[in-house]
Amino acid sequence: MKNFGFKISASRQLDMDTIQSDLYEKLIQLEPTAKRCLMCGACAATCTAAEINGFNFRYCHLLMKRGILDNLAKELSKCMLCGKCYMVCPREINTRSIILKMKALMTETTPKHYSL
Amino acid sequence: MERKFWKNYQKDIPDNNYYYERSCIRQSFFPGSETTFLRIVGDVLGKQIEDDQNLHTCTGIGYHADVVPFETTQTIIARLFSLMSEKGYRNFVPSCVTSFGLLNEVVETWKHFPEELQQTRDFLKQATGREFEIPEYITHPCDIIYKFRKELKEKMRFQIVNQKTGEPLRVVEHIGCHYSKVFPQAVIGSAEFPQVLAGMVEEWGGQVIDYPERRHCCGFGFRHYLIMANRGYSIANSRKKFESMEPYHPDFIVTNCPGCTMFLDRWQYTIKEMEGKTYDKQGNGIPVLTYEEMTGLLLGFNPWDLGLQLHQISAEPLLDKIGIPYDKEQKYLGKSGKIIDFKGF
Amino acid sequence: MEKIIYTDIAVIGAGPTGIVAAYNLARLGYKVSLFEKEESLGGNILKTYKLFPNFQSSNELLQLFGEMIVVNNLSLQTGVTVTNIRKDNNHWISTTNKGETIVSKAVLMATGFKPFDAHYKEEYGYGIYNGVITSLEFEKMLKCGEIYGSNGITPEKIAILNCVGSRDAKVGNNYCSRVCCINAVKFGIEIKEILPKAEVYCFYMDLRMTGQFYEELYRKSQQEYGVNYIRGKISEASQTADNRIQLKAEDTLLRLPIKMTVDLLILMIGIEASESTKELSAQTGIMGEYGFAKSHSLLKADNHTIHPGLFIAGTCKRPFTYPETVADARAAVVEIQHYLENKT
Repeated sequence: MKNFGFKISASRQLDMDTIQSDLYEKLIQLEPTAKRCLMCGACAATCTAAEINGFNFRYCHLLMKRGILDNLAKELSKCMLCGKCYMVCPREINTRSIILKMKALMTETTPKHYSL
Repeated sequence: MERKFWKNYQKDIPDNNYYYERSCIRQSFFPGSETTFLRIVGDVLGKQIEDDQNLHTCTGIGYHADVVPFETTQTIIARLFSLMSEKGYRNFVPSCVTSFGLLNEVVETWKHFPEELQQTRDFLKQATGREFEIPEYITHPCDIIYKFRKELKEKMRFQIVNQKTGEPLRVVEHIGCHYSKVFPQAVIGSAEFPQVLAGMVEEWGGQVIDYPERRHCCGFGFRHYLIMANRGYSIANSRKKFESMEPYHPDFIVTNCPGCTMFLDRWQYTIKEMEGKTYDKQGNGIPVLTYEEMTGLLLGFNPWDLGLQLHQISAEPLLDKIGIPYDKEQKYLGKSGKIIDFKGF
Repeated sequence: MEKIIYTDIAVIGAGPTGIVAAYNLARLGYKVSLFEKEESLGGNILKTYKLFPNFQSSNELLQLFGEMIVVNNLSLQTGVTVTNIRKDNNHWISTTNKGETIVSKAVLMATGFKPFDAHYKEEYGYGIYNGVITSLEFEKMLKCGEIYGSNGITPEKIAILNCVGSRDAKVGNNYCSRVCCINAVKFGIEIKEILPKAEVYCFYMDLRMTGQFYEELYRKSQQEYGVNYIRGKISEASQTADNRIQLKAEDTLLRLPIKMTVDLLILMIGIEASESTKELSAQTGIMGEYGFAKSHSLLKADNHTIHPGLFIAGTCKRPFTYPETVADARAAVVEIQHYLENKT
């Protein structure tokens, strides 16, 4: 194969037909309140960890929903489990439970040091 | 509010007396295409068309690559118009799609900002002593071929049909962004589904493929291919199109833009070299034609006079499908009648 | 021979607004002539299956309308278009395409809306691809009890797109059509009830759950029916080699461009001023923005026009939901009564 001095750029487009959705399917079975998330971001706004380490509950939830799991375990490890997000959620989503379930689900797919 | 609905839009295309502006890059990429267009319009259709020797760049590539300021672009385009006025023409026909877009952009600018027009008149006068008139029509050559597609069909020796099976050939038509997207009102048909090439292909017996990425840009992008580090963006867009059209097994691609023809042709070779992948069953690649080459072939012009030997993807499998005769020996004959010696290159 | 009808109030349009207004005016003892250009009454309700937010059957409503119009003092003519209205001293003269002249003390325009023509949003390929349909065509499928995709088979994946022809400068409509968001939620639930296994994706710019129980229905569609909502407007729909529909959008909350293949794309088409609304508004000089009829004062006299005796109600003014348009019809009845009793 020839090298012309440049590479063919990879596409950033997410193909929704082929996303890995099995973990999210499990998640909403384990914690059905996740289904009613509005993605309003109140959880991320109030998050104690967000200001320090950039943790974003809303985004982590969406990453799992869209099957983008590459950095998810690392992102989830930033949560300090204080539960402030649960207090502000307008849809009464059990956020802490979702974090714990997502972490548990991710241990099935990621190296041990990211596990609980 | 004005409603923007282009689909039924059919623009006015003048039927004679054209002032032709050759394209900088087409003359080196596809040197046969412009001569072919002049032959079609002048000899086949019997129209008056001026091929002025004194023309020059419209600055398109420099302008889009941010090295030519807009004032300069306007003044240089004004000089092109002045040459047209001098010869007594009103219908400007730029060969290049980027020129077409840029000329329309400049004329539109002058409509909204008369002071820019006055400044351009002043600049041109100071620099060259010239004056100019704004053309009545700026028409792309593909519009003219489209307009006369029925007349041309009567004179054609071949159709876009597989001579063995009698089935229409499957054609990917690709429209240059600067033809259809800069000023959608300057397009035949709509911006989303332009009719200009599809109309020719269907009139002449072919079948247009409507594949999902039909409306996606070829990826040419000026700065993207000019700078090596950016070429990955350019080729990725072309590849997206090839992947999308592959399941439809196209027999060839036809475009109306120098950049699109160039890159849909050359990037196929590049992808083959980089990844080993071709997008047809035979491993030849999908031939890419300009609309002039397509028209010329069907009219029975010698393929080597059209400049098909300068394509990266060889057109011979396509010629065989349509049943167009050609002489293999003549492929690399120069104007002098001698074989072009590639060793010197 | 020219026929002249003398009446108290001419009501133009027998959709929900016209019927409710005519019925109530008649019950107050006024002589009412109600005109409908179509052969059947009901207006745009005829094109629907069930109404949000409580899934009431449109047929039930139509039946109710049928009962309402048999009230005393009310005469209904269908298949008759009022082509001209003008004031003559203290009376209003309306003429119809059947050569009738109606002389009345007041006129109520209830000429309603027309659905947006989805052909104008070319990027969705409506009219080109079988798998791209409008919300009204989907209502028709629901009426027949059968949902089928581009290949004529039961769809596994369905996308619903909001704001087609609404909130869109490209088609000349900057306004919100008000009914489509909640209608899309209703569709999501209806699809899941018929096809529990189908995946449903609703694409939106904003979800405007403005009415009572709308937000609750939205929540229910997520929690109980598993309808997916993606914030992002579809930019392009095209057909794949196997005749499905490929969509491009951005998941704006994820900040990534996405691609999705579906069997059916439902375009939630917006509300536009109907031809009659535009024509009669233009004649009488009451045309407001986007061709809708303009009331005298939005906050003080929303059923009045600049002309005493000419009243407007319902979706000829602006997009309304069903309960809103009926409430507006009743409001118009009070205003007309005041006018006829010289109380204004």
